[in-house]
Amino acid sequence: MIIGIPTEQASNEKRVALSPASIPGAINLGLEVHVESGAGSTAGFSDADYRDQGAVIVDSTDRLYQDSDVIIKVRAPLSGAGGELDEFSLLGSGKTLISLIGPGQNPDLLERLAQQSVTTLAMDAVPRISRAQKLDTLSSMANVAGYRAVVEAANHFGRFFTGQVTAAGKVPPAKVLVIGAGVAGLAAIGAATAMGAVVRAFDTRPEVKEQVESMGAEFLMLDFDEEGSGEGGYAKVMSEAFIAAEMKLFEEQARDVDIIITTALVPGKPAPKLILAGTARLMRAGSVIVDLAAEQGGNCELTHPGEVVSDSGITVIGFTDLPSRMAAQSSQLYGNNVVHLLTDLCPEKDGQLNIDMEDEVIRGLTVVNGHEVTWPPPPPRLFAAPPAAEKPSTPAPVAEAEPKKRSALGSVAGLIVVIALILGMGAVAPKSFMGHFTVFVLAVFVGWQVIWNVTPALHTPLMSVTNAISGIIVIGALLQMGSASGVVTLLAVIALFVASINIFGGFWVTQRMLRMFRKDT
Amino acid sequence: MMTQGLTSAVYIAASILFILSLGGLSHQESARRGNLFGMAGMAIAIGATLLAFTPSSYGLVLGVMAVGGAAGSTLAVRVEMTAMPQLVAILHSFVGLAAVLVGFGSLLEPGAHFTAAEKVVHDIEIFLGVLIGAVTFTGSVAAFGKLQGILHSRPLMLSGRHLINLGIGVACIWLGILFVGADSIDAGIWPLLIMTGLAFIFGLHMVLAIGGADMPVVISMLNSYSGWAAAATGFMLANDLLIVTGALVGSSGAILSYIMCRAMNRRFLAVILGGFGGEASAGSGPEIEGEAVAASTEETVQLLTSSKSVVIVPGYGMAVAHAQHPVSELVKALKDRGIETRFAIHPVAGRMPGHMNVLLAEARVPYDIVLEMDEINADFPDTDVVLVIGANDIVNPAAQEVPDSPIAGMPVLEVWKAKTTIVLKRSMATGYAGVDNPLFYRENTRMLFGDAKESISAVLAGL
Repeated sequence: MIIGIPTEQASNEKRVALSPASIPGAINLGLEVHVESGAGSTAGFSDADYRDQGAVIVDSTDRLYQDSDVIIKVRAPLSGAGGELDEFSLLGSGKTLISLIGPGQNPDLLERLAQQSVTTLAMDAVPRISRAQKLDTLSSMANVAGYRAVVEAANHFGRFFTGQVTAAGKVPPAKVLVIGAGVAGLAAIGAATAMGAVVRAFDTRPEVKEQVESMGAEFLMLDFDEEGSGEGGYAKVMSEAFIAAEMKLFEEQARDVDIIITTALVPGKPAPKLILAGTARLMRAGSVIVDLAAEQGGNCELTHPGEVVSDSGITVIGFTDLPSRMAAQSSQLYGNNVVHLLTDLCPEKDGQLNIDMEDEVIRGLTVVNGHEVTWPPPPPRLFAAPPAAEKPSTPAPVAEAEPKKRSALGSVAGLIVVIALILGMGAVAPKSFMGHFTVFVLAVFVGWQVIWNVTPALHTPLMSVTNAISGIIVIGALLQMGSASGVVTLLAVIALFVASINIFGGFWVTQRMLRMFRKDT
Repeated sequence: MMTQGLTSAVYIAASILFILSLGGLSHQESARRGNLFGMAGMAIAIGATLLAFTPSSYGLVLGVMAVGGAAGSTLAVRVEMTAMPQLVAILHSFVGLAAVLVGFGSLLEPGAHFTAAEKVVHDIEIFLGVLIGAVTFTGSVAAFGKLQGILHSRPLMLSGRHLINLGIGVACIWLGILFVGADSIDAGIWPLLIMTGLAFIFGLHMVLAIGGADMPVVISMLNSYSGWAAAATGFMLANDLLIVTGALVGSSGAILSYIMCRAMNRRFLAVILGGFGGEASAGSGPEIEGEAVAASTEETVQLLTSSKSVVIVPGYGMAVAHAQHPVSELVKALKDRGIETRFAIHPVAGRMPGHMNVLLAEARVPYDIVLEMDEINADFPDTDVVLVIGANDIVNPAAQEVPDSPIAGMPVLEVWKAKTTIVLKRSMATGYAGVDNPLFYRENTRMLFGDAKESISAVLAGL
């Protein structure tokens, strides 16, 4: 099958669906990759880069669409109403489309694709289950957006992020508040801490506290008992009392911090308004707000989606195309996600894509199958964050308890048998034997006591030294060396020989091993 | 030349030195001193014996010992640290062989005279000494063969193997009765010879039925047997030094076996009878969700360089690939970058107890960063990257999460709690237990396929 990578038509879209680095992954599946000439130029990839990796460069857009069985894009197809090319007519019918679709927001788009019988796999409808993470473009794009948000903030912020004490005076570190600790939020925390800022983060879901702290930020707790975890690991809409407490926290923070980065989204709903105009204006002049939720209306009341505005000395950044502003990185990650999807679709590596609607992941992201709109999918069976994650550890102790009980019973029985045996032996055995036997039993106990304390690291040397010591059997051979019988002497000589190997070999190799053990100097 | 009393005194001194030797071996600081104690004990024991019981020819004794000693020393100097389990196994076999020979010698010794009850006891002692020695001998040889790769490491599953063992056991008891009842050496030698043959077969069969990964238990069990063989010989010759030493070694080996069994959450008998997971099909247990994600060398390098703490979990695969030296260099490189790097050793990693520690020591890894399972398991959640090098079952989360898994309840290293786990492995094959490892399919696991030594060297070059 041929997969085609066209140039993105949307005016502010710099990404491309596959980077040159992802091409071999697709070719290894037996697929042929056609790339429209110049498709990667805005992301910094030349036609030659693609050709080097084995892609075919196609000059005309029409030809590319005609030849390809599968079209892979970043943005959903455009109807041409804004003066661009009409991608729907280019698509024709019977093809497969892999792209970002936004199926929840664009029912008309799905309808139209179904009319044209374009089987559509939405990269932004990947189910939130563990095994689908490698396909999750929302995560990989959010990661880029979070990083870029910090870069944009730094660009508009007139000071250093890191605190410095210089000859010219002391510079305090910038204080950054990140609201929403999803993928984008965590990426922003990571980038801001790496640049030296003091970072705080807030999220309605208490379980992300650890993740926030692991990235080096302080987690702001709200003294309020309500959990914000909704289905599929996303946040849900909170109660009014909670929101009031939250607003108060933001007001306190706004007076203190220099930069606020908001990433709060509730799936399928407009972004919650967290930073009211009044709250934003509490910030010092020169402060920066980056609103990653701008596309869904913004978390800040001052946000103008797609623009940078200034209000009472505060810069509010509402870019909706942050991933596109890092086109090379985003394209590479997006491409990797796509290749992972292709790998799942093509398990035989025979160049044929097989859309298996029984597979939960494939089912989830297939939003149009032939003539049929298949959105929304049935609810997922597994959540990224199951409500009770600590459960699996409980069965283990149960499994352990039973054998223990049995062995306790067994050891009592064993002890009784041993005592009975010793008594029986004492009754019949000659006196000289019992003397030796006493020595034997005591030695067993001494050995038992001594060995328990051996550190596991020394088990091998211990074994080789006990091995050398058990060469003491040489004494037996020595005692027989004086025998009058030739046969006995011969047996003794052989025994002496092998036991000597044992003694010398054992001690020597132990010494060799022990010499190697050393402490860090 | 030496009185009986003086000899006994020297033997007591030797016994004490041996106990001190084992005691010294329990800690790194005192270990070398412990070994020297052992040598001293052995030297004075042999010296006193030579002086007290004048052999027919000192020249012959010293000559044979010199040749044997030279052979042993050569072995010890030449052996590679990765081949340590084989060496220990073959040394065990020598003790077993010596016990068999001394037992026969003791029977054939013309000068011995016993009263009726003493004769019965003496005969039983000979019989037991030869029996244990013979089992130790062939068992160790089989273990050596498996470890050296001469024999296949898969367990040998004869149909009715339990019946075979049982039959041999019954036959040995019957032969024992015949032997003790025999009134002349000529009448007694045959049952003893036949029993020796049967014991040889039993030892061979027992170890052949045990698979490669159970070798730590087998080796320590054989260690124990070689001790019991020496102790039985001591009874036979009425020599307390042999009894004490044999008992020390025997109980030490038994404890090690017990520790190994506990580390696998298995019962000693189950290991000895063999066939771990043999009947349960490999596909048992629930389907594993997800898919393994391969990582490249570059990604591994990136993960390592961007981490703050790294834990390395070595397994038998590291020994097979002789990867301990590159691993040690990797540790040095990571430490130079200020990354905290430590090792986590599972008690049954490798083919003999403490195998991994010896390999790491050979590669000059300082022992204070080499930690035991109990010491480090709690630290995994705070670890950025775990490198699993050629280990499988000992890092299998199924042991904790799947109650009906064949390895359920086995204590394992909880590597999956770390941020990222990189598994170095040749392929997706299951481990020794034949259980699929859900670790490989975790979202935070990356697979770095290939030979461990080459992979580590490539990562090292990337750093």
